[in-house]
Order: sequence, then C-alpha cells, then structure tokens
Amino acid sequence: MIGLEHYLVVAAALFVTGVFGIFLNRKNVIIILMSIELILLAVNINLVSFSVYLQDLVGQVFAMFVLTVAAAEAAIGLAILVCFFRNRKSISVDDVSLLKG
Amino acid sequence: MLFTLIFYFFSLLAIGSGLMVVFSRNPVHAVLWLILAFLSAAGLFVIQGAEFIAMLLIIVYVGAVAVLFLFVVMMLDVDFATLKAGMARYIPLGLLIGVVFLLILGIELSDWNSSGIAPDLRQAIQPADIQNTEALGNVIYTEYVFLFQIAGLILLVAMIGAIVLTHRKREGVKKQDVVSQMYRDSTKSVSLEDVPSGKGLS
Repeated sequence: MIGLEHYLVVAAALFVTGVFGIFLNRKNVIIILMSIELILLAVNINLVSFSVYLQDLVGQVFAMFVLTVAAAEAAIGLAILVCFFRNRKSISVDDVSLLKG
Repeated sequence: MLFTLIFYFFSLLAIGSGLMVVFSRNPVHAVLWLILAFLSAAGLFVIQGAEFIAMLLIIVYVGAVAVLFLFVVMMLDVDFATLKAGMARYIPLGLLIGVVFLLILGIELSDWNSSGIAPDLRQAIQPADIQNTEALGNVIYTEYVFLFQIAGLILLVAMIGAIVLTHRKREGVKKQDVVSQMYRDSTKSVSLEDVPSGKGLS
C-alpha cells in the first residue's frame, strides 16, 4: 500500500507548479486561472489523502465543496475575462489599471 | 506492486501535465494538458478508494470547467504571442519562489507525526462494509445538508453572475414585445375594404 507521504509529495509538486505558473505567465489571465485550478487540485489531493489516511469522510465532503467553489470561481473569472476583452480588446493584466486614475 | 506502479504512473502524469500547462506556448494545448492533469488526479483518487470524488472531478472539471476554458480560449481573438513575450524575465523570480515553497513543504513533510488524539476527533468515520459513494451520501444528506444547500446556492449565484456579466443588448435584434401584442385588438388590425370589380387595391 502506498503511504500518505507519497500523495503529499504529489500534491506539493502540483501546488508549486501552480504558484510557479502564476509568476511565469503573469500577463496572461487565462493561464493564471488555469494555475489557480492546479493549486485547488493540489489542495483537493491533500484533503482526500488525509481523509483516506484517517478513515474520516469529512475530508472528502470538504473536497467536494472546494470543487464547487472552484467551478463557480472559474465561471465568474472567465465571465469577467470575456467582459474585459470586449472593452479593452486585450486580456493582458497590465491593462487592468483603469482605476489608478 | 501493481498499485505502486499505477500510483507512480498517475502521479508522474499529473506533475508532468501540470508543468506542461504552465510552459506550453499555445493556450489550447494548455487546456488539454489541464484535462490530462485532472484525469490523472482522478486516477490517484480511485486507487486511494475515493471513487465518488474521482468521478466528480471528471464530470465537473473535464466536462464543464475545461470545456469552459476551451470555449473562452477559442472564442476570444487574443494575440498570445505578445503575452508570452516577457516570459523569460520572470523565470528567475518564479523559480526562486517555487524553490522556497518546495523547501518549506519538504521541511514540513520530512518531520511530522499524527497527533494521538486525531482518531478520537473524527466526525464521520468511514464504515467498512459500505461503498464510498453510499457512505458519502449518508453523510452529505444528513449532517452536512445545510452546507450542501449553500454549495448549491453558490453555484446559482455564480450562474446568475456569469449571465449578467456576459449578457449584452445588441441593436437591430428583433424581439417579441408581449405588452403591445396583448393591447392589440381587431379594430386596429383588421379593416374592411370596398374593392371595385376589376380594379383591385392600389
């Protein structure tokens, strides 16, 4: 049987990949949103691993709620992105400085 | 032995496709790698014995979220080449932060132990004799039913928000005007004409 640490290492690697992706593609909002999805996936792997380790179902219930919020966040984020693209004809983060005056 | 092999297969696939999401030049390819990452994570969940979350991951992420991403990437006419232009500048900073994160997580992983009272604090112990899906259903619809309803509410708000944000009124679109239809009567819409023989209407 594979131990808990193995899953935690996979989750840590995915988490760091997501954070790295945010810093690497800091202009492209779509890739940033995908990196956030990767981070949330790593969190879900952690939750499910500890849930299986402790034989406690609460972790899996919580992973389900994380999944719900991630789906809602992706929908709203992409809607804002479409709105922004219609106004500015660009999705670069550098252009999101309208409120700076 | 077989489970170990499957675990290493899926975990390497997950990490590799996660890296490809970050590094790929074409955003459509990035979305497809994201789908592969989610599928391999679902495989990891299956060999852990959390089948319901695995199937949920496939349905929600691969079926809905990834398709949403793909739709937006293909619908927006974005020049991705200019967005990638300054990428090489950020690699050192990103690598630094990634290494720091990995070190912190490595220190944490190298020396940890489970608390002695952890088994007593369990809220919903998984029964040995019933399947994962049934056990989750027994918990969700009884103890966590309010949280479950709130999750549904969050999805409703997200749906309404997305519709309100992206809906736009366009000029020149023919629409039904119900009120003017209802206030229309026969005196305004029907007229009797006295047509002379052989002449016709003008």
